[in-house]
Amino acid sequence: MAAMVRLLRQVEGIVEDSYARKNEAEAEREKEYTAVVTVQAWFRASRVRAYMKHLNSCATVVQKTWRGFLGRRFYRVLVKNSVFIMKLNYYNNMATNVQKMWRGYYIRKYVFNYYSRKRYLEALQIKNEIIRSELEDYAEQQDVMRKRIEEQREKIRQEREARKNHHLISTHVIPGVYNSPFLPFPAEQEYILRSVKPLPHSKRQATKSSFDPAWASYNDKLPKSLPPLAEKPQGPFRRPGSVQQQRYKPFQPTLRVSTDFYGLEKAREILKGEEWVTRYNDEIFQPFTRSDARRYEPLMHSTSMFGHQPYGTKYFREEQLDKHVTQLPFKSLVPPIPILDKLNDTYSQGQV
Amino acid sequence: MSRQVLQVFEQYQKSRTQFVQTVAELASRPQNIETLQNAGVMSLLRPLLLDIVPTIQQTAALALGRLANYNDDLAEAVVRGDILPQLVYSLAEQNRFYKKAAAFVLRAVAKHSPQLAQSVVDCGALDALVICLEEFDPGVKESAAWALGYIARHNAELAQAVVDAGAVPLLVLCIQEPELSLKRIAASALSDICKHSPELAQTVVDAGAIAHLAQMILNPDAKLKRQVFSALSQIAKHSVDLAEMVVEAEIFPAVLTCLKDPDEYVKKNVATLIREISKHTPELAQLIVNAGGVAAVVDYVGETRSNVRLPGIMMLGYVAAHSENLAMAVIVSKGVVQLAIALSEEPEDHIQAAAAWALGQIGRHTPEHAKAVAVANVLPKLLQCYLRADASEDLQTKSKKALKNILQKCVHLPALEPLLHDAPSNILKHVVGQFSKVLPHDSKARRLFVTSGGLKKIQEIKADTGTALAEYINTINNCYPEEIVKYYSPGYSDALLERVEQYAPKV
Repeated sequence: MAAMVRLLRQVEGIVEDSYARKNEAEAEREKEYTAVVTVQAWFRASRVRAYMKHLNSCATVVQKTWRGFLGRRFYRVLVKNSVFIMKLNYYNNMATNVQKMWRGYYIRKYVFNYYSRKRYLEALQIKNEIIRSELEDYAEQQDVMRKRIEEQREKIRQEREARKNHHLISTHVIPGVYNSPFLPFPAEQEYILRSVKPLPHSKRQATKSSFDPAWASYNDKLPKSLPPLAEKPQGPFRRPGSVQQQRYKPFQPTLRVSTDFYGLEKAREILKGEEWVTRYNDEIFQPFTRSDARRYEPLMHSTSMFGHQPYGTKYFREEQLDKHVTQLPFKSLVPPIPILDKLNDTYSQGQV
Repeated sequence: MSRQVLQVFEQYQKSRTQFVQTVAELASRPQNIETLQNAGVMSLLRPLLLDIVPTIQQTAALALGRLANYNDDLAEAVVRGDILPQLVYSLAEQNRFYKKAAAFVLRAVAKHSPQLAQSVVDCGALDALVICLEEFDPGVKESAAWALGYIARHNAELAQAVVDAGAVPLLVLCIQEPELSLKRIAASALSDICKHSPELAQTVVDAGAIAHLAQMILNPDAKLKRQVFSALSQIAKHSVDLAEMVVEAEIFPAVLTCLKDPDEYVKKNVATLIREISKHTPELAQLIVNAGGVAAVVDYVGETRSNVRLPGIMMLGYVAAHSENLAMAVIVSKGVVQLAIALSEEPEDHIQAAAAWALGQIGRHTPEHAKAVAVANVLPKLLQCYLRADASEDLQTKSKKALKNILQKCVHLPALEPLLHDAPSNILKHVVGQFSKVLPHDSKARRLFVTSGGLKKIQEIKADTGTALAEYINTINNCYPEEIVKYYSPGYSDALLERVEQYAPKV
């Protein structure tokens, strides 16, 4: 009970205390409430922020991956393109080189080569000079030769003249016409006369040639005596026997000459004729062993009611020229390639 | 008694002999022939051809031949007198002297006209003559070959008849004989056969004539060389193949030496041969050029005169016509100078025409060629030939064509300028055209054109609007400032004076 009493004694305190506490609580409630709200707000905010941060980081990952993917794809295309362009340029350059070389070669070989033309023309000039000088030499040489012959002829003529007129030479006592005593020395003709012998007296020629085969008249006298025999021929001769043998040796034609060109055909004809003459029966003998007695059936192509046709021997195909579109033979429509035709066929004009 | 009888005969025979001999003697002089003809010599000689004495026969034939040789009336008389069959008959029978005389008659008859030659052929002379070609005696062969040549000379049919008679192989054999005169006449006969057609020439070639002919080109005998070169050129002229066969006989460069021969005809025939070969293809022309033929021909053109020079001129033209390279070869061989000299110094029109043609062929390829021709001062000469009043039509057309060809390529203005002053409008067109092509691109030339008075001349030309000439003038005017063009236009000074009058001075 004491406790009770103690309590009762304390009631007022307790009440006051509880009031005080309650008042204090009441007074702090607002503050505490805002504090709690603030704490809560902060917490929630930080939680949301953390979540957002998480989300952002996730989005970043997604975006970075995606962008990386796209970027790599674009890059690949870009690389491909640029490599393509690079290669294209490279090949173009190479093609240009090849074309350049080929064109240069082709033009120089087949169309026009300046240097070879120049060389050719220079060589031609040299050749011309050579030919000119050679011809000049040749003409000169010919001239000299002609002159020499002329001189020789003249000399012979003069000599003959001098021999004919040898009587004009001066003697010790009487000076000749070319040796005038009033001149210091004789004329040139005098020296020529001195250098030659006089012509011998010409023999009296027979008035008519004894035997002239050209215009012989039949009343010509026969020569009284036969002309003298020529000197006896000398020398080691072949024996008369062998000469005789050679003279009368039989004619030995070649095989080609001695055989007839148509010998085979002629022999066949003869054989055929003999066979026909000696044949007993004109019926063609059929051997007994032949089982089918069918007659020979000629081909339809090669026979007609008018006789044999040369099908298979002369012509092989039916020809109806009148049904042809054109009389000329067909030609391919593909035009020829002129350069290929020219290859190794013609050469640059400059080349020799 | 019998002596008296025989004496009569002897006397008769002597008089006959004397008669034919005198007639033959007289017939060798042209002034006697008319008298002989009027005295009826034909009818008297005819029975003497059948005389029993060979001498009389031969002399009668000789006299007949001389008569027939004189003119075609007498030859006609021989044909009409039925003498030919008798001759042909005895050609096979008699001795070689008679053969010679008979062949002489046939030759004399055949030489005048194709009809007479045909009548000789008709009486079967060819076979007899061909048999004579097989004779041993060179004189007989010679006269037979001569007669065959005269028969073949006229036309292709007669030549074909000679070929058909089998004369060609025998003529080829005759060329190989040692006698010069026989060689000469056989070569001449072959030449006469070849000249008509490619087929005949081919026949001769097939008989192997070229090799033998080619062997004789260095023969010292000038007359033989004439015939040989004539035959070779007649063979080569027909086709490329034949020309190539001639070339393959390795006649180059040996023939070039013959261009220096003292004999005119040899030179001319050689030049003809070279011309005939070079005209076919560029390759053949090139071959000749490479053998130095152009230089030789250029020298030849310089050394010879008038007709002998003509084949050389034509050869240069043919070579230059093939390609620009060959034309350049002609230029560097100094061909243009010689042609220019020929053009100016030859009095005859046809040679001038040939030279003009050749120059046109040289200058038509490139500006380089045209310049080479133009600097040789050829253009004024060509113009002169074209404008000369007495020039033949051929010369006019050739020189005009040549001028046109050269002008269309020529860009060498100093050479063109003289033409501005004296060319007629149809030539002027080309000249002004060349100026209009060059001036827009060449400032120096523009300046020179003004100072040399060309621009003034251009302004004086009256061209109808719309023609090519007006267009060219317009192009040239556009290259210059307007004042200069006005300054040089005719009547500009009057226009200036007009302005002075109209000018109101500011006082």
